[in-house]
Amino acid sequence: MDAKKINQIVLTAIKVVTVLVVALLIVIIAYIIGRGLPHMSLHFLFTESEAFLAGGGISTQLFDSFYILVLTLIIAAPLSLFAAIYLAFYAPQNKLTAFLRMVIEVLSSLPSIVVGLFTYLIFVVNFNFGFSLLAGAISLTIFNLPILTRNFEESLDDIDEAQMQGGLALGLSKWKTITSIILPAALPGLITGIILGAGRIFGEAAALIFTAGQSTSQVDFTNWNPFSSDSFLNIMRPAETLAVHIWKLNSEGLVQDATEVSAASATVLVLIVIIFNLGARALGANLRNKMMGDR
Amino acid sequence: MKQKYEELLGRSITGISITIICILVFSILYFVGAKGISMFVSGDGSIVDFLTGTQWDPGDGLVGALPMLVTSLMVTLTSALIASPLALILAIYVSEVSESKLAQFIQPLIEVLVGIPSVVYGLLGLEVFVPMVRNAFGGTGFSILTGVMVLTLMILPTVTSLMIDGLKAVPKHYRTASLALGATQLQTINRIVLKAARPALLTAIIFGMTRAFGEALAVQMVIGNVLVMPGSLLSQGSTLTSTLTMGIGNTILGTLPNNALWSLALVLLIMALFFNILIRLVGRGGDN
Repeated sequence: MDAKKINQIVLTAIKVVTVLVVALLIVIIAYIIGRGLPHMSLHFLFTESEAFLAGGGISTQLFDSFYILVLTLIIAAPLSLFAAIYLAFYAPQNKLTAFLRMVIEVLSSLPSIVVGLFTYLIFVVNFNFGFSLLAGAISLTIFNLPILTRNFEESLDDIDEAQMQGGLALGLSKWKTITSIILPAALPGLITGIILGAGRIFGEAAALIFTAGQSTSQVDFTNWNPFSSDSFLNIMRPAETLAVHIWKLNSEGLVQDATEVSAASATVLVLIVIIFNLGARALGANLRNKMMGDR
Repeated sequence: MKQKYEELLGRSITGISITIICILVFSILYFVGAKGISMFVSGDGSIVDFLTGTQWDPGDGLVGALPMLVTSLMVTLTSALIASPLALILAIYVSEVSESKLAQFIQPLIEVLVGIPSVVYGLLGLEVFVPMVRNAFGGTGFSILTGVMVLTLMILPTVTSLMIDGLKAVPKHYRTASLALGATQLQTINRIVLKAARPALLTAIIFGMTRAFGEALAVQMVIGNVLVMPGSLLSQGSTLTSTLTMGIGNTILGTLPNNALWSLALVLLIMALFFNILIRLVGRGGDN
C-alpha cells in the first residue's frame, strides 16, 4: 500500500515538473522568435548593416553566413564522407582503428574556441590567409568533421550488408560497389546528415571570431570576379556571419538600434536553423519514400 | 586489373582522408600544447603562479589563472547540477511514464532547442536573465549566476536528448519482468531502468559539462568579465573561455600577454581530454 502511494506521488510530481519545464521552454522559444519579428522586414534582410546609425540591415551577414556554410561543406563533406567510408568498409578490426576512432572523438570534444585559435595561429597568421572566409571555413570544417563523419558512417551502416555482397558477387571491386551501389542507396541518410551539420555550422560563432573576422568589408554584389578584393565571391575577404554579428552588437554595441537588430538577427538565425533541422528530416524521409517507390 | 586499380584508388582516397583528420587533431594538440607551455619554458611565468596565483595581469608579469579556473569549474558544475535532474525527469517522463501527446511533442521540441546557436542563448541571457538577476539581487545583473542560468538552459536540451536515448535503449523485457514480479512502476524505474541506463545517463551529464566548460561567447556576454576570485554566485567573474575571447584580439603573438592566453587555451584542451577519458571510463563501467 505504501509503495503504491509513493509511486502515485512521485509519478505525479514527474508529470508536474515536466509540464512546467516544457511550458518554460516553449515560452523561451516563442520569446526568441517573437522578440525580433516586429523589426523584421524585407528591408532589414536586404539592406547592408550600419556601423553606428539606426536602420541598418543584415544583407551582407546573411549572405556571408550562407557563403561560408557552402565553402565549409565543399571542404568538409567529401573529407568526412571518405573518412566515414574508410571506417565503415575498409578499416580492419584492430587497435589502429580503435585509435583512429578515439582521435576523432577527441576532436569532437574540443571547445570551438580552441579550434578557432588553432586555425587563427596556423592559417590566419602562419599561412598568411588573414581574416578571411576561407580561414573561417577551415575552422568550421575542423570543428564539424567528427559530427559529419559520425552522421555519414551511421547512414552507411544502415545499408543492408547484402548490397555489398551483391556488388562483389557481380565481380565489381569494393570501391566500385561502394560508389555505385552503396552511396546511392545511402543518399537520403547522407543528405540528412549534411543538413543537420549545416544547422550547426550556420549558428557557430566562437570558431569564427578569430578566423573569418568580426567585421564586414565593403562588398560589391555586382562584381562577379572572385579575385577582385571587393567581390562578394572573394574567399579571402574578411566576413562577419549572422551569429558573430549578434555577439558583436552586444559586446560593443556602437549601433543605436543594436537591441532591435540583434533581436531580429536572432529570430532569422533561429528560424533558419529550425528550417534546416526540420527540412533535413522531411527531405530524408521524402527521398527514402521515392527511392523505395521506384522498386 | 581494372578492379585492382579501382581498389587501390578507393583505399588511397579514404585512407588519405582519415589521415588528414588525424594530422589535424595532432597538429591541434601539438601547436596548442607548444604555445601553451611557451610561457613556462621561457620562464616568464611559473606554472605554480599560473595554477595558484589570483592576480591576472600578464602585461605586468602576473599570470595567476586560479580565479578563471575556479569560475569555469563553478559555472560548469552548478549548471550541470541544475540541468541534470531536470533532464532526468523529462527523460523519465518521455521514456517511461507517458505516451501522451505531450511526450511525443517533447522530442521535436528538444531537438529544436539543441539546434539553437549558443550566441542566441547568450542574447536571451543578456535581455532576460541579466535584468531578472538585477531585480532580484541588485547590482548590475551580470554575474556568475547569470552565466549559470544561460549554460543550464543551453545544456538542458542536449543532456535530455542523450538521457532519453539512454533510457530507451534499456530492453523492454527488463521492465515487464520487474512489473510482473509485483514492483510498482516507480520501483521498476528506480531499481531496474535507471540502474541499467546508468552509464548512458552519466555520459549525458559529462557531455553537458563538456559543452558548458567549453562554451565561450554565451558566457562572456553575461558574466561581467571581471578577473577576480569569485566570492559567491552573485559576484561577477570571468571564465577561461571568456578571458580568451576578450584577450586574443588585443594581444600580439609571441608576447607574454598572448602566451599567457595560450596557456588558458591549453587548460581548456586538457580539460576536454579529461572529460573524454571520463566518458570512456564511465562507458567501460557499463560493459561489466
